[in-house]
Amino acid sequence: MMKSDSGTLTFRQPDYKPLVKTPVYKKKKASLSQTKTKPDLAGLLLKILCLLAAAIGFGIMASLMIYILAKGIPYLNASLFAWTYTTENVSMMPAILNTVLTVFLTLLIALPAGIGAAIYLEEYAPKSSKFVSLVSVMAETLSGIPSIVFGLFGMLFFGYTLHLGLSLLCGVLTLAILVLPLILRTSQQALALIPTSMREASYALGAGRLQTIFKVLLPQALPGIFSGILLASGRILGESAALIYTAGTLAKVAFNVMDPGATLSVHLYKLLNEGLYMNQAAAVAVVLFALCIVMNLGHQLLLNRMTKGSK
Amino acid sequence: MVSAKKENAARWVFAGCAALSILCVALICWFLFANGLPAILEIGPMKFLFSSTWAPDQNQFGIWTMIAGSLILGAGAIILGVPLGVLCAVFLAYYCPKKLYKPFKFSIDLLAGIPSIVFGFFGLTLLVPILQQLFPGISGKGVLTASILLAMMILPTIVSVCENALQNVDPSYYEASRALGAGHDRTVFFVCLPAAKQGVLTAIVLGIGRAVGETMAVIMVAGNAAILPASLLSPLRTLTTGIVLEMSYASGLHREALIGMGCVLFVLVLVLNLGFMMLRKKETV
Repeated sequence: MMKSDSGTLTFRQPDYKPLVKTPVYKKKKASLSQTKTKPDLAGLLLKILCLLAAAIGFGIMASLMIYILAKGIPYLNASLFAWTYTTENVSMMPAILNTVLTVFLTLLIALPAGIGAAIYLEEYAPKSSKFVSLVSVMAETLSGIPSIVFGLFGMLFFGYTLHLGLSLLCGVLTLAILVLPLILRTSQQALALIPTSMREASYALGAGRLQTIFKVLLPQALPGIFSGILLASGRILGESAALIYTAGTLAKVAFNVMDPGATLSVHLYKLLNEGLYMNQAAAVAVVLFALCIVMNLGHQLLLNRMTKGSK
Repeated sequence: MVSAKKENAARWVFAGCAALSILCVALICWFLFANGLPAILEIGPMKFLFSSTWAPDQNQFGIWTMIAGSLILGAGAIILGVPLGVLCAVFLAYYCPKKLYKPFKFSIDLLAGIPSIVFGFFGLTLLVPILQQLFPGISGKGVLTASILLAMMILPTIVSVCENALQNVDPSYYEASRALGAGHDRTVFFVCLPAAKQGVLTAIVLGIGRAVGETMAVIMVAGNAAILPASLLSPLRTLTTGIVLEMSYASGLHREALIGMGCVLFVLVLVLNLGFMMLRKKETV
């Protein structure tokens, strides 16, 4: 019945069409064209505004990029990469070394903590537990706190209470808290993307929970974790407000973690603030800009590959 | 096989890691308020919050100008950034040619990764001179410059939140509107966009939060005078920049007052965050 019914329907359709194309249909068409002749002015205006906004949005990025590159590249020269900073030659090399050191040490602290937390939230805790929702809310709160508040806290807690003073370590610990929610979130996402069958297969083969986590899940989640590392590195690179009163603004390599040392961002802040070395500041801005772009590009690419792979 | 003891220990280690973020928030709250509240109480909470004379050398600690400064810049960034961001999101969701989608989205995302101090450099060396040219006789640093710069900085947040909200609008809304005879443009702006208004609201709250918390870009272009701005071109100081500017040489009550400013900023941002979380909860329900 159904079959024949639908069959007849499809057969009938072409039959009906000319039938409908009687004056009734024409009337409808006429009214339709009438509404079309009344152009949708508001819609059109908004569409134009929309295209304009897109052009501006694109223009902002383009102008930012072109301006920073054009302004800074002419001043990039070898002397800016000399090993020591002097008032004649405001080298950014100490700041670069400090930055590398800061990124490395911060990740050394924040990575295990963040990944560990992600493992607990994804693999151990029941999804609906109060603890899980509390941790997520707190992590979210943490990621919303302005960096200057982190700076104040770092100064008060690590600097004064723990007697670290103005030192690289103090800055590193502050930044570790700052990027913790970031690493937690990305690692959690990476673990959540792994199909449950992976875990079941591992357990079925007799592996324990720890073995499953370290031998099966973490290797699988590696691209995601790595993309989180890149994102966090970009964040650490760009951070300046949280560091001024924790790691200080001294343009010297902090060979000892108890010494103060300025990262690249703080160095740029100092140059801009002094206003004496604007050309060198432009060069620092280029380096900083390029590094952050590279980090974010890498993060995006990894993320794309990951979501594609899971599909 | 790993022993049960080891398994159990690992469980606790992981749980400890998870508890770390709770501990951090608690520590931040504790240290900020323990150091800031005594000063606020000593100055007098009402005087501290609502007096607009900030003169540390005369023991006058009223931070109203800076609270107002933060709020003004938050509003300025939203007024400039939200229309632009929402329209960009609409473009991405409904008008963008397929070939253009990826590069456009990509460049907006990259904007989010640029350090605020680089934005500060951009504002100081490009926006400020341009405004000086446009309005001769002023410094070029002030409300307008800072608002423009902040609008640029919060653009990626607004675009991504709004685009997400637009993608989540039930496609049947679009189809129903088209079936009723409305054109593409009318449908997009009068059916789909209102349906995503929750997302726009979320974007506004997030945007204000980012703008209020921003420090290093603002410090370069806001002029930093602790006065209530009289016009769009006059300088102003925010809570964040106030802390950075004076912390290096402050001592005694002055220093504690600065930490008190940090507390106010913290509470302001927490309230905004709470609003954001409530909005998102409403969205998912």
